[in-house]
This record gives sequence, C-alpha cells and structure tokens, in this order.
Amino acid sequence: MRRAGAGRRWLIYGGFLPFLVFALFPFYWMAVTSLKSNLEIYGAQQIPLLVRQGMTLDHFRYVLRETLFARWMLNSLIVSGSSTLISACVSTLAAYALARLRFRGSQFFGMAVFITYLVPPTLLFLPLSRLVASLGVSDTPWALILTYPTFLVPFCTWLLMGYFRTIPREMEESALVDGANRMQAMVRIVLPLAAPGVLTAIMFAFTISWGHFIYALAFVSSNPQKMVNIGLATELIRGDVFYWGSLMAGALLTSLPIILVYGFFAKRFVSGLTAGAVKA
Amino acid sequence: MPKIEADVTIPESPGGIAAETSLRAPRISPWKPRAGEERLAYVLLAPAVLLLASLIAYPFLTSLYMSLTDRRIAMPGRFVGLRNFSELLLEDEIFQQTLWNSGLYVVGAVGLKTVTGLAAALLLHGMTRGRPVFQALLMLPWVVPASLSVLAWWWMFDPMSSVINWVLVNLGIISRPIRWLSDPFWARSAIVITNVWRGLPFFALCFLAGLVSIPRELYEAAESDGAGPMASFWHITLPLLRPMLGIVILYSVVMTIADFEIVFLLTRGGPRNSTHLLGTLAYHVGLSGGRLGEAAAISLFIFPVLAVVAYFMLRAVRHGAEVS
Repeated sequence: MRRAGAGRRWLIYGGFLPFLVFALFPFYWMAVTSLKSNLEIYGAQQIPLLVRQGMTLDHFRYVLRETLFARWMLNSLIVSGSSTLISACVSTLAAYALARLRFRGSQFFGMAVFITYLVPPTLLFLPLSRLVASLGVSDTPWALILTYPTFLVPFCTWLLMGYFRTIPREMEESALVDGANRMQAMVRIVLPLAAPGVLTAIMFAFTISWGHFIYALAFVSSNPQKMVNIGLATELIRGDVFYWGSLMAGALLTSLPIILVYGFFAKRFVSGLTAGAVKA
Repeated sequence: MPKIEADVTIPESPGGIAAETSLRAPRISPWKPRAGEERLAYVLLAPAVLLLASLIAYPFLTSLYMSLTDRRIAMPGRFVGLRNFSELLLEDEIFQQTLWNSGLYVVGAVGLKTVTGLAAALLLHGMTRGRPVFQALLMLPWVVPASLSVLAWWWMFDPMSSVINWVLVNLGIISRPIRWLSDPFWARSAIVITNVWRGLPFFALCFLAGLVSIPRELYEAAESDGAGPMASFWHITLPLLRPMLGIVILYSVVMTIADFEIVFLLTRGGPRNSTHLLGTLAYHVGLSGGRLGEAAAISLFIFPVLAVVAYFMLRAVRHGAEVS
C-alpha cells in the first residue's frame, strides 16, 4: 500500500465501523433480548441496550419445554439433510457431465441450469403446491424433501461445474490412457479431487434449506410438521401478546448451527458466495 | 488500456458468477470424444434433467395454464383467456399498488445496496490488516437465514419498544417515535432497510472481488500522472468494475423483486397494501384467498423481469468469455 498514513487508516477503519454496527447489531439485540426477563423487556427502563436486571435462561427454557421447538428442529434437520444429500448427488453427476464430457446439447443443458438457477421460488410456489397436493404429500416432510432440490440442484450444479474445471484434465487423461474407462476415471480420480468442492456445495445447500421460507410456509401447515423457522414465525406469536424473549431465544438457537459452520469454514463460505450466492 | 472484463472473479473462488464459463463452447480437448462418452453424459445428466423438468418446467407450464382460468381451490376452473391479466392491470387497485411498491422496493433496495456495498468494498480493499476478520463479520447477515434474522428486525421495529426509536430519540435525532410498520412510508423504509442489511454483504464481497482484480499498476500510473484518488476512482475503478456491477445488480433485481419473507414477516403487505410485493400478494390471493387462477397470474408478473435479466446475464457471461 502506498503511503498508509495514520489519517488514511483512521478514515478506513473509522469509516468501516458504521457498517460493522449495522451488520452486527440485530444479532446483538437478539442475544440481549433472549437473556432479559420479561419485566425488563417490556418495562420502561433507562438503557435497553444492556441486560441490567440479571440474565435469565427462562426464555430458552420456555422454547425448549413449552413449544414444539425440538420437534421443529428435528423436522428441519430431516428435511435439510435429505434434500441436501439428494441435491449433492444429483448435482455432482450433472456438473461432471457438463464440465467434462463432450456431447450434443451440452450448451443447451448448461444454459438450462443457469436459467433454472435464476428462477425464484416465489414464481413457482403456487403450481408446486397443487403438484404436492396431487401427489398426496402435502403437510408431510416429503413435500419439502421433494421441492427443495428445485433450487438446490441448479445452485450446486453451477458451483460444482466451476470446481470441476479447476481440476487438471491431465490427471484424468492419464488414467484413461492407463486403460480406465470414463466412469472409473471419474469415480477414482476426479471425485476425490473434487471433494472440497462437493463439501462446499453441501454446506451451502444445507444453509439454504435450513432457512428456506416460502415452500416451507406454503406446503406444510400443521404445527408438528413445521420447519423450525416457520414454527418460530407462526406459532410463537399469539394474538396481541408477543413472546419476544422466547422468539429471540428460538431464533438464536436456530441460527447457531449455521453460525458455527460459518465460523469453521469462513473462507470457504466467502469464496463460495461469489460462486453464485445463496438465494436472497 | 488492457481489457480485463473476464477477470473479475475472486481468485480462489471455484466459479465466480462473473467469470463462470459454462456457456462457452466446451474447450477443444486434446483427446477425441471416446465411444460411450456421450451416453455416459446423458446417464449422468438424467436425474437432474428429470428433476428440473418435473419440478420446474412442468409446474411453470401448469401455472401458465392456471393463470388463464378462473380456478379456485377445490373447484375446476373455466378457461377465461387473458381476463385475469387484464383485470389485474386495469381494474385491480391493490395489484396496481403492488406493482408500484415493487418498483419502489427494487429501485430503493438495489440502489442502496450498490452504493453502500461499493463503499464497504472500497474500505475493505484499503485495509492493510485485519481484512479477513472484518470481512467475515460483515458477512454474518448474509449467512444467517433471513427467515430468522428478520425476526430480530421485526422486534427492532416493534411499535411499543423499538430499540431503533430509543436510540434515535436519545441521540436527539427524532423527538417522537417513528411508526415503523404502521405508516406506509416508514413501513416501506423498514423493508428496504432490512433488505439492504441482508444483501449488502453480498454486494460488498462481489465488488471487493472486482477491486482485487484491478491491476495496481494502473493506479500507480495514474498517480504518477498526477491524478488524485477521486479521478482514479472515476476513471479506473468504476469503468473496470462495470461488468461486475452489472452482473450483481441484475442478479439482485430478480431476487429483490421476488422477495417474500421480509415483507411476509414484517408487514404482511400492510399497512393498506403499501408493502405488498408480487410474491406476498400471490400468496395472499392464492393460498389464503383460494383464487388460484388470479394468483398464478400475479406471480407470473415476475417472469418478464426474470427473462430480461437472464438475457442480459447470459450476454454478459458470453461477452466475458469472448474477451478472454
């Protein structure tokens, strides 16, 4: 860097501070609220930014014991886990074919993946809700396990196509020369090398399914079948009484797995992000 | 000036959206296609094609058909031609309002994300140390699912005990609490703020990737020619960042106009329909109201935007491929 003077440093780090506050404050507020007593949350107090009247785990206790939170978490785990697994398998095969093999129509299929990747779930939730109903799987985890791959597969395929291209062809070629067929070359040479890419895809797919909203809201309506994010948003609020403390506790507990994964793989997240990004 | 349009990706990224090359013709490979290569390709593609055809293409076609009928839940529909569309556009005030809301939302949110994202990217780019940490922290709103974090915003906009109001009042910026979610103007502002909060990290990171790829020699040359930082920004940074700006903005336009959960969680489209977007209105009319034909027509208004954006993105990707 040229002339990194103290003034310039102040300007840069000082200028970044508002961005940090903006980005992090909602999480801080979530945590603070979940630890306050109801009296403090709703009472008129001097400074709401801190917990001043003693921390309490009551809200966490309430969410875990008095609601179906644990059941919703399990639903979310099952649905996100299965749809991620299905999508990772389907996408790895498709991405390998699109990135590596030469065949008629490869351009067309590549374009189709790109376009389906852009299709927002909001465009399809109505016809899909009819389809799900006619298959008789409405209000079951299957409705979501079946439909989540519609946004996961294009995303993962897109991401993995880029990854497969970074693997040198020579490695595969030498296996082919040594008499392996394409299938063997793919399974033994390319897939192990692509493992980090597949892991990234799995991580992203899981995060996206964990937070996906509209299908989960539209296709599943009975309380015990709900995904955790939908359960929190629709079941914890009753009439005019707001359970802000327990709502924040639940949101925090539900965000935690994602934040932990992110903490471990921050770099991979960052590089994968620009590879197409989680759907907004 | 060298053309670097094709190099706007993060170096370690497995496939940046900007530099993704899938739409190029397959590179000429040193070996000839072997017997069976084509068949293997179709076998490997089959599951994905089957899934996308039955769960994207087929539902899309049924929604096209549904939009031409007056179908309701549990009632077979009659074919009514384009009546749903014409009624929506010409007579339905709530729908007209929704189109206007969507326009404001997209322009406001995407515009703000572009400006703030660029500012954050420039600051991160100028950091000499600690950049990975700051970058990781800035990313959190993008990483945590919106359906959870928006609950925190909902609470922050609470009419009785909004912490934002508390801060603003105590800083002396406002004298009376803002009615965040009950006044149309402030409700619209609230959903834009929340959308910007959620999307800013993505913009910043993509722009940062673009900034990193601009050769430093260009700045050094400009500096030795006596150009100040502002001149460098306008004449080097912005033009070279343009391809990345274009792609990120296009992508965000589709995702923003199709936004659902921010509005659903914060306002449900209110007050007085001033925050309804196409998705939330379609949900309201179709699943809550049971008027499937009309709702299908509403959500199909997302399609032209999608088509235009897809066209320009394909063009941008192709162009990038040609330059390289």
